[in-house]
Amino acid sequence: MTERARDFFEMGGYALYVWPAWGLALVILGALALAAHRARQAARQALAESERA
Amino acid sequence: MNLHRFANPARFLRIARVVAPVAGWIAFAALLAGAAFGLVLSPPDYQQSETVRIMYVHVPSAWLALQTYVAMAIAAAVALVWKHPLADLFVKAAAPVGAGFTLLCLVSGSFWGRPTWGAWWVWDARLTSMLVLFFLYVGYIALSGAFDDEERGRRAGTVLVLTGIVDVPIVKFSVEWWNTLHQPASVFRLGGPTIAAEMLWPLGLMVVGFTAFFVWIVCVRLETELLTRKLRARLENSPG
Repeated sequence: MTERARDFFEMGGYALYVWPAWGLALVILGALALAAHRARQAARQALAESERA
Repeated sequence: MNLHRFANPARFLRIARVVAPVAGWIAFAALLAGAAFGLVLSPPDYQQSETVRIMYVHVPSAWLALQTYVAMAIAAAVALVWKHPLADLFVKAAAPVGAGFTLLCLVSGSFWGRPTWGAWWVWDARLTSMLVLFFLYVGYIALSGAFDDEERGRRAGTVLVLTGIVDVPIVKFSVEWWNTLHQPASVFRLGGPTIAAEMLWPLGLMVVGFTAFFVWIVCVRLETELLTRKLRARLENSPG
């Protein structure tokens, strides 16, 4: 690992505080987005099937 | 102006199918650029060093947590007074998103508080009123889902959302009304922001990203709700 990359991950000694905060942002926004997308997909599919029936 | 012009679900779906992808891509691009600036390209703070980077998720999530609640309260009032059919659904669609923003604000704030104040949590006015906001969101979700009759549940929920609005000014002005560890407003204040331009940039990008994300996800969740209703109506009307 290059020194620059190590500096980046170490965050000046605050890695344990900076990365969890950003990680949680990714988890929360990602989970909300994925759930919303999947639910819409399921709803569209169910409606299309009922139209065919 | 005829408000019910916008209450037409079919018209909403047509608009949403244009707005949602645009907002979605803006959110994706702005959050990516915000992360690049916030994590790499912006400088560390002279006092807080690298911990200042927590600001770029903490502040946008706090603003959006409050704005989502205000939007929900306005929609709740519209739903109660005018029986606007989409307003009701908007409250339901926005609630989990607002809860997510609030949770992110609380936890990222905790990770910021530990290295700067020496404490994960303090029971002061800003933090406590923000925790109350989180309980309001969770309370709405629980209450609106607790009735067999969905419509009754949502109506009970809208009343809760409306009464909970008193918490919003408390959150906003808590840093001025009471002594607190939390710093006062440093962006929207008289005399202009006190944040350096290199930090205002990534912050602005993240705020745009969070806002566009909100628009996108509410469009998606509203469309889902409308399609589900359409399907239910069709199944109820069809024999067998």
